[in-house]
Amino acid sequence: MTTPKIQLKGVTKRFGSKVVLDGVDLTVEAGESLVIIGGSGTGKSVTLKCILGLLTPDKGSIKVDGQEVTRLSSSAREQVNRKFGMLFQGAALFDSLPVWENVAFALIQGRGLGRSEAKKIALEKLAKVGLTKDVAELSPAELSGGMQKRVGLARAIAADPEIIFFDEPTTGLDPIMADVINDLIVKTVKDMGVTTLSITHDMVSARKIADKIAMLYKGKIIWCGPKSEIDRSGNEFVDQFIHGRADGPIKMEIVR
Amino acid sequence: MNPFALVGRFTIVFLSEIGRLAEFAAAAVPSIFVPPIYLRLTGQQMMRIGYYSLPVVGLTAFFTGGALALQIAVGTTFGAETLVPNVVVLGITRELGPVMAGLMVAGRVSAAIAAELGTMRVTEQIDALVTLSTNPFKYLVAPRIIAAVLTMPLLVAVADVIGVMGGWVVGTQSLGFNSAVYIHNTLDYMKDSDVISGLWKAAAFGFIIALMGCYHGYYSRGGAQGVGSATTNAVVSAAILILATNYAMTSFFFGAGR
Ligand SMILES: Nc1ncnc2c1ncn2[C@@H]1O[C@H](COP(=O)(O)OP(=O)(O)OP(=O)(O)O)[C@@H](O)[C@H]1O
Ligand SMILES: [Mg+2]
Repeated sequence: MTTPKIQLKGVTKRFGSKVVLDGVDLTVEAGESLVIIGGSGTGKSVTLKCILGLLTPDKGSIKVDGQEVTRLSSSAREQVNRKFGMLFQGAALFDSLPVWENVAFALIQGRGLGRSEAKKIALEKLAKVGLTKDVAELSPAELSGGMQKRVGLARAIAADPEIIFFDEPTTGLDPIMADVINDLIVKTVKDMGVTTLSITHDMVSARKIADKIAMLYKGKIIWCGPKSEIDRSGNEFVDQFIHGRADGPIKMEIVR
Repeated sequence: MNPFALVGRFTIVFLSEIGRLAEFAAAAVPSIFVPPIYLRLTGQQMMRIGYYSLPVVGLTAFFTGGALALQIAVGTTFGAETLVPNVVVLGITRELGPVMAGLMVAGRVSAAIAAELGTMRVTEQIDALVTLSTNPFKYLVAPRIIAAVLTMPLLVAVADVIGVMGGWVVGTQSLGFNSAVYIHNTLDYMKDSDVISGLWKAAAFGFIIALMGCYHGYYSRGGAQGVGSATTNAVVSAAILILATNYAMTSFFFGAGR
């Protein structure tokens, strides 16, 4: 058996007294697309941040290509992070730089490419997410939320990473653009042979981009399987979530 | 609440803050010397920190020098014509030039740095830097520290000149001193060692200004309110540290035994 691309074992993370991740076990094989679903605030974004080293888990092990990455020095972390591209939930574009420099950032800073060459690649990547040349010169603050998301997507794929994380790639997009982005993700995965780990609430999107789906609930992965089996998971939590029912075992903490 | 518990809690918070600051400085200082050095960004910061602070620093120095001249002249009946230029040049180059410039730049620059880095923190731009394999200390902190340490002495040199000029304007225009005599007395009493001690102070203040701005911005959290309090804390802590450091450096340069 080959080494999994990403492997989490017993990952625990708490903020103060609040336990967010309570022993997460998750494996992503090379070339696979895994989608994590789960309610708002269950720790999906925190999981990605732990893998990227933006947060340090309290307990547990995280391996990338078999290498333990939970306690790396900052230079070793830089090396590991070259494998990753990340689309942040809030896009997190650098507002001091024009759009094209955002996309070209990893090429200029990381790869040491010349600015004009990097710009050419950036424009290509922007075209892939449906953005034109004139957008490239704008500052991120001048874009709509959905456009920022697409720029974030272009930035995530710009340096041809081996592993891409998408944190809610289709949230805030119109249904047509959402489908374009889904297609783009599927195509990128196929063309580049990358491994992806995505987070979404959008079941249409999940069914389209996933090979496997995992559900996070109360700090644990309660179900994980191929997407074809999601409709007969036999798990009432999963059923409630994918059908979006208010009634079921998952109780929203709302005072009625 | 039990007063001992209060003192204890305050002490713990205070010490952990010192520890965190020391940790931050220990990461920031090496990042200044270890490549990659971002020259383009450093140049940009030198413009923003140094060049754009010129008007503020110049005006402050002018009025300080003028007020000093006026103050010394009042009540001095004999020998004011030598005393005023003497005190003005000594006061400005040794103390008031560096301290006033330091405080004004702290207000301008520490606040701006804290607000910028704080916003980058809460909008996850600093996280994004890390995922793009860029060290935020090298990319954000080092250029600001280098720029502030290099430009503050230049600003203080300008402040010295303009401050002395403020005294000269007041002396010749409203106190009726002879211009040539004033300039002669100023040059007579100006000491290289005084000016140089002031420039060393300026470099130290530049370090404090950039470090405090970066530190409070880097660790800010909790949205607009968090960024707001980071900005305030940056300015206040920079100002206090500048005054304390000034005292320490004055006692080092001019202190006991000399
Ligand atoms: N830096 C932090 N400090 C304190 N608490 C945090 C921090 N980051 C996240 N949390 C908490 O961790 C929990 C999980 O957050 P996370 O962002 O992972 O949720 P999520 O599953 O991505 O939700 P959503 O779908 O709404 O994005 C939340 O309750 C949040 O309050
Ligand atoms: Mg999230």
